[in-house]
Amino acid sequence: MIIWQTPAGLALALFMLGLLGLLARRSLVFVLMSIEIMLNAAGLLFITAGMRWGNPDGQIMLVMVLNLAGAELALGLILILRLRNRITNLDGDAANILRDVP
Amino acid sequence: MITYLWLIPALPLFSSVILGLFGPVMGPRVSGAVGTISVGLAAVLAVSIGLHWISHPPTNSIYEQTLWAWITLPGFSINLGLYLDPVSLLMVLVITVIGCLIHLFSTEYMHGEDGYSRYFAYLNLFVAAMLLLVLADDLAVLFVGWEGVGVCSYLLVGFWFSEPTNGYAARKSFVVTRIADIAMLAGLLLLSTKLGTLNIQAMLTGAVATWSAGSLMPTVATSLLLIGGLGKSAQVPLQTWLPDAMAGPTPVSALIHAATMVTAGVYLVVRTHALFLLAPHVLDAIAVGAVITLLVAAFAGLVQSDIKRVLAYSTMSQIGYMFLALGVGAWPAAMFHFLTHAVFKALLFLTAGAIAMRLNHEQNIFAMGGLRSKLPLAFWAFLIGSASLAALPIISAGFFSKEMILGAVAAAPMPGLILWACGILGAVLTATYIFRVVFTVFLGPLKTEVSGSYGVRIAVPLVTLSVGALVVGWLETPEGLGNQTIFSRFLTPAVGVFHHLPVSFMIPLLGFAAPLLGIGIAYVLHRNGTWARATTTMPSKLTIFIRSGCGFDMLYDELFVVPYMTLVRVLRHDPVDSMFAGLQYLAIVAHRRLRAMQIGQIRRYASWMMAGSVATIAILLFS
Repeated sequence: MIIWQTPAGLALALFMLGLLGLLARRSLVFVLMSIEIMLNAAGLLFITAGMRWGNPDGQIMLVMVLNLAGAELALGLILILRLRNRITNLDGDAANILRDVP
Repeated sequence: MITYLWLIPALPLFSSVILGLFGPVMGPRVSGAVGTISVGLAAVLAVSIGLHWISHPPTNSIYEQTLWAWITLPGFSINLGLYLDPVSLLMVLVITVIGCLIHLFSTEYMHGEDGYSRYFAYLNLFVAAMLLLVLADDLAVLFVGWEGVGVCSYLLVGFWFSEPTNGYAARKSFVVTRIADIAMLAGLLLLSTKLGTLNIQAMLTGAVATWSAGSLMPTVATSLLLIGGLGKSAQVPLQTWLPDAMAGPTPVSALIHAATMVTAGVYLVVRTHALFLLAPHVLDAIAVGAVITLLVAAFAGLVQSDIKRVLAYSTMSQIGYMFLALGVGAWPAAMFHFLTHAVFKALLFLTAGAIAMRLNHEQNIFAMGGLRSKLPLAFWAFLIGSASLAALPIISAGFFSKEMILGAVAAAPMPGLILWACGILGAVLTATYIFRVVFTVFLGPLKTEVSGSYGVRIAVPLVTLSVGALVVGWLETPEGLGNQTIFSRFLTPAVGVFHHLPVSFMIPLLGFAAPLLGIGIAYVLHRNGTWARATTTMPSKLTIFIRSGCGFDMLYDELFVVPYMTLVRVLRHDPVDSMFAGLQYLAIVAHRRLRAMQIGQIRRYASWMMAGSVATIAILLFS
């Protein structure tokens, strides 16, 4: 019998790692990967919650989250490819031409 | 004939519209002719109505002509109607005849000026408004004419508007009279609410029927009307605009600021005299105020060096005499002095203009001298006008009217003798200040270049008015000089019988002596050079005080103008609006701050999102 706190703590740690990656990395590919990690952390929390209350809804939600992540990843990769044509590298900070010019 | 009465104000109004619309196209010759002929036709009409009136006076000596209904409300209506009685007939005759002569004079005087047709359009509009004022049968219609003459006075004082001081003088005359008109309007509203009508005759009948003499209501109403009259007639304390109004062309001063408009206050009081009889205290106040005005203005006239300003102060002083007559209830005496004053003061102003015309528009009397042989026409005209103003016994018109006033004042039950003494002192001063001008301008060595000559359009008005200033006084003479009473008998239907009350023989005797004494003083001071010396030496404080019209301008500057300008300076930055401007400023600052966050960096956005989420969760958990 696994206690629910362990996977929940793992999910929190994963989420924090993803967030850190999102804030710290400039490369868009890494940003995308960090988002995936955060999504997986959320999915893990669903499973844990399903386990805690003995409810299969958590697993259903995970399948949905995975679907969502796949779609989002495809879209994100397309955007990165499009962006690469313009700015020639993958620096997210360089893609700031939509900023409000003061 | 009399049914064409409406044409009298309509003719100048029509020609003023024509001149206003097509004046620049018509050119100076035609526009001068149109302006003069329209007033001339009105004068011919007025004279023929007057002649017909004398032979066949209408019933009760009143002719009413209702033109159309102006305002109709339940319980209150105003008709635009004309009301002709001896008083308004006299006013109409003076306005049209003297107005016509002044128009004729102007055609030559204004020759070559810019805005020639504009000048005649304004002058015709003035005559129309003034005629409406005196012919109105309703106080509301009278008020329309009253404001109309005010506007025309403003336009004509500021006729040479490219000079900023002229614009200032025009605004001053407009604003001061407007202040008075507010009081008058309040009086009209009071009368209309209390008596339910503004038709003059109905209003007077109603007032006599409902109010007792000396009660509060007529006192308040007449005080308010009087303030309007004082402003228009340049009486203390609303007299400060008249000397400045001399900035206008000289014929304008002759017509508006001597003969007609400034006597509108006198006309108003005479027209509503039944109401004023219900307020004896107001009449006393009129008499006292008139004495103050006539003395203040006479002293001020004594130290002026501009010929037109001397005449302006003398106008003020002479209207003071008219108000003095009103104050003791001698209505025909006031109207008689109005008539003679209109003639001789128009003559004096026109002559002053004619002199200035030949001297390259010089108006300082001390720059003139010895003009007697150079300008004989102007000399004789000015001498006759001055004699009449100074009330030189027997030969001048002014003598008879002033004698009538002073006789009535001396016989008045009030402290009449004190008022009379002030009037006599004023008469001495009048003779002194006007003959000071005569001696300075016409005697002594020649000081200026004299150019040009007088045409017939200058000569005819001067000669006509000179004759008038000599003979018009014989319409009403005191006992011992024919005891002629044509004038007061003519006015009797409108203002009641006038009795020459018996007074001590000293009164007329001093009336004889005062002008002669004044002329003697003027001559002595001219001979020993006192007048001329006053211009070269530094004037004393007292002289400066008197020259500025006894400091009324300074007082009003301190009391009204300075506080008002301070208020304006405060309000210029709109303190109330700054509250809303503050809100706007707050919005702009907040906008700048928020805009600075939009820098296009995803990581920054993400960290803000995180911060927001953490904050939200924290609030949810700990609240």
